[in-house]
Amino acid sequence: MELTGAQILLECLKREGVEVLFGFPGGAVIDIYNELPNSSIKHVLVRHEQGAIHAADGFARASGKVGVCLVTSGPGATNTVTGIATAYMDSIPVVILTGQVPTPLIGNDAFQEVDIVGITRPCTKHNYLVKDIRELAHVIRQAFYLAKSGRPGPVLVDLPKDVMQVKTEFIWPEDVKMRSYNPNYKPHAGQIRKVANLIREAERPLIYAGGGVITSKGHEALTWLAQKLHIPVTATLMGLGCFPGDDPLWLGMLGMHGTYAANMAVNNADLVLAVGARFDDRVTGKVSTFAPMAKLVHIDIDPTSIQKNVSVHVPLVADCRLALEALKEEMEPTLEDYDFEGGHMSWVTKVQVWGKEHPLTYKQSETTIKPQYVVEKLYELTNGDAIIATEVGQNQMWAAQFYKFKRPNTFLSSGGLGTMGYGFPAAIGAQFACPGKMVIDVAGDGSIQMNIQEMATSVCNNLGVKIVILNNGYLGMVRQWQELFYNRNYCETCMDAQPDFVKLAEAYGATGFRITEVGDVERILKQALETPGTVIVDVRVEREENVYPMVPAGASLTDMLLV
Amino acid sequence: MRHTLSVTVENEPGVLSRVSGLFTGRGFNIESLNVGPTLDPGVSVMTITTEGDEQIIEQIVKQLRKLITVIKVVDLTEMKSVLRELVMLKVNANDANRAEILRVVDIFRCKVVDVSIDELTIEATGNHEKISAIVGLLTRFGIKEISRSGMVAMKRSTQG
Ligand SMILES: Cc1cc2nc3c(=O)[nH]c(=O)nc-3n(C[C@H](O)[C@H](O)[C@H](O)COP(=O)(O)OP(=O)(O)OC[C@H]3O[C@@H](n4cnc5c(N)ncnc54)[C@H](O)[C@@H]3O)c2cc1C
Ligand SMILES: Cc1ncc(C[n+]2csc(CCOP(=O)(O)OP(=O)(O)O)c2C)c(N)n1
Ligand SMILES: [Mg+2]
Repeated sequence: MELTGAQILLECLKREGVEVLFGFPGGAVIDIYNELPNSSIKHVLVRHEQGAIHAADGFARASGKVGVCLVTSGPGATNTVTGIATAYMDSIPVVILTGQVPTPLIGNDAFQEVDIVGITRPCTKHNYLVKDIRELAHVIRQAFYLAKSGRPGPVLVDLPKDVMQVKTEFIWPEDVKMRSYNPNYKPHAGQIRKVANLIREAERPLIYAGGGVITSKGHEALTWLAQKLHIPVTATLMGLGCFPGDDPLWLGMLGMHGTYAANMAVNNADLVLAVGARFDDRVTGKVSTFAPMAKLVHIDIDPTSIQKNVSVHVPLVADCRLALEALKEEMEPTLEDYDFEGGHMSWVTKVQVWGKEHPLTYKQSETTIKPQYVVEKLYELTNGDAIIATEVGQNQMWAAQFYKFKRPNTFLSSGGLGTMGYGFPAAIGAQFACPGKMVIDVAGDGSIQMNIQEMATSVCNNLGVKIVILNNGYLGMVRQWQELFYNRNYCETCMDAQPDFVKLAEAYGATGFRITEVGDVERILKQALETPGTVIVDVRVEREENVYPMVPAGASLTDMLLV
Repeated sequence: MRHTLSVTVENEPGVLSRVSGLFTGRGFNIESLNVGPTLDPGVSVMTITTEGDEQIIEQIVKQLRKLITVIKVVDLTEMKSVLRELVMLKVNANDANRAEILRVVDIFRCKVVDVSIDELTIEATGNHEKISAIVGLLTRFGIKEISRSGMVAMKRSTQG
């Protein structure tokens, strides 16, 4: 049967299993919107295209599926660029569909024309301009395949208006073959044996887990290995949730704002198993002093991640889950022959003592509300079962430090790009992915104003997203750097001219709460979480509280500033 | 160290900017880049010469392989290969030195492709060292213009 480009597009999306589309219409995509009512796909109308791409990203992180957004040409397309780069840096599978001017006009500076394929080339895994309707179905199929396979990432498809209008015979490509793209999933058996032997020989082993464990659903195998072999676990910001945050072997996050125990463990380990992590500079500190005593094993699906920032002893290009399961299979039959518990006892004890010497902590106050206390209360009130999205800055670090994540896909945060304004639309996307779950955006007063317009999206879709603003009246993280490294020159970081967040919530038809007394925190938070619909809680926290521990940029991990 | 990479790519719009963008975006250095068709109309080959230590070259090769439109990357530096560049030079020539220039042309088996009263246009092919030697020798006569093709390369046939 002959279908128009718009019909083919929607049919392909349906066959790819797309249920929700986050989008915003315009002239170049009006043909697609014209067909939308005939499709079973739900469209969520955002209020700014940045909201659409972050929502698609949040949907992907919470569900493990591909998130999709649809925007018009020109400004619609450029408004997604920050969100595309956000997804790219964190390896999140999203497909971005952008309208484009009709093919005969391309290159003529036509109305609302922009070379979005050129603009996004360095921040997508791949991108396409579909010039011929006969390629459309193939391209859509490839876009989804690329987005979710191997090291996931954003894929953009630019759709000229005339291609959406013409008709062709619709043929669904049953499989996708690409001669130039073959990610390697299976671990090399010899390398697995090498790693197993290193583990058997190690006295002070440590697992350093990253976002790849979450992507690959390798958390169960990882937990098995850690618990059976008695290996302490630390994770990056992106890896939080890959190992239960209440397990005695859990050390907390490592890196710049990592725990004392985690950073000391890195410094003293004789074997570090890096699993789906990319040795980011926020994690390693000064690279030359990172894990100075350790043999390094690096499991990663992307060969470019390996030997990029540090040189490792055993590289293993493979999917984390398959590699961890292969390790499990290798270790399980001989488990009895080795006394891992006894062998690692003094190391595990040592690590736990570090944890007790300098736990994550803060000075509780009678008069002001400590932001860390708010996150602790959120953890208690939600039993650690909520999906937590964050904005960027101090709020993000406190959420990472004080909420004990138990499950993967429950912590949604812009790690690599650090995009303020990410959290709230991501929470909206997550709520669509997990309608039954409590979704909370732990926000800063600065960041929340970057995509506050999505209140309308949340309210009109009756979403129960809760925004908890840790309101310090500052661009707090920048202020902290100014305090510590720039002589307290608080230039342009004071944000005390603010909207009334409670009234703002009400203006959008949502509910607002304000907390100003320590004694009220628990009660009002509880009330807010129990209030149906979208809620903003404006928590007035200690204004000049800092995030500790802190390793100054470029310093060694052991040079921690503590509380 | 200088490396010569042979990069087989899908012949489609944008592939050159993907490759060159990778080099600029990641701060890798391109000394020369050459693209041409192959017998398969769907495939082109790029020859890229670049410089860097082992770790950088390893990253360049891996990053190139990661591009979706790149089919194959071979580092020809590590294997027996033939490397050739074509250069054209317009050199000042007068009655006093013309003979000497022609001697250089002869020794290096170059060709004179154009002549005027006070200029000779010389075409030379060769590997990097040879081209550098020719350019070096002709510099003292005054090179008015130079145009270089960049390197093309091919792996040698395996013996026997
Ligand atoms: C204000 C701020 C402060 C920060 N402070 C810290 C900090 O103190 N500590 C910290 O850890 N981070 C911190 N970050 C985050 C940091 O910038 C990085 O985003 C983060 O450390 C990267 O995590 P990762 O190494 O797990 O890599 P990710 O970006 O999650 O990358 C995942 C890796 O796994 C690989 N991979 C993907 N899928 C698979 C698969 N199926 N199988 C195998 N491998 C796979 C990928 O190739 C990649 O190499 C901070 C960010 C901000 C904004
Ligand atoms: C879009 C964007 N612009 C600027 C920054 C730099 N930046 C990082 S943290 C931060 C402060 C954020 O302030 P707020 O949201 O109030 O969070 P707080 O640190 O106070 O918790 C800024 C400006 C950024 N990460 N993203
Ligand atoms: Mg703030």
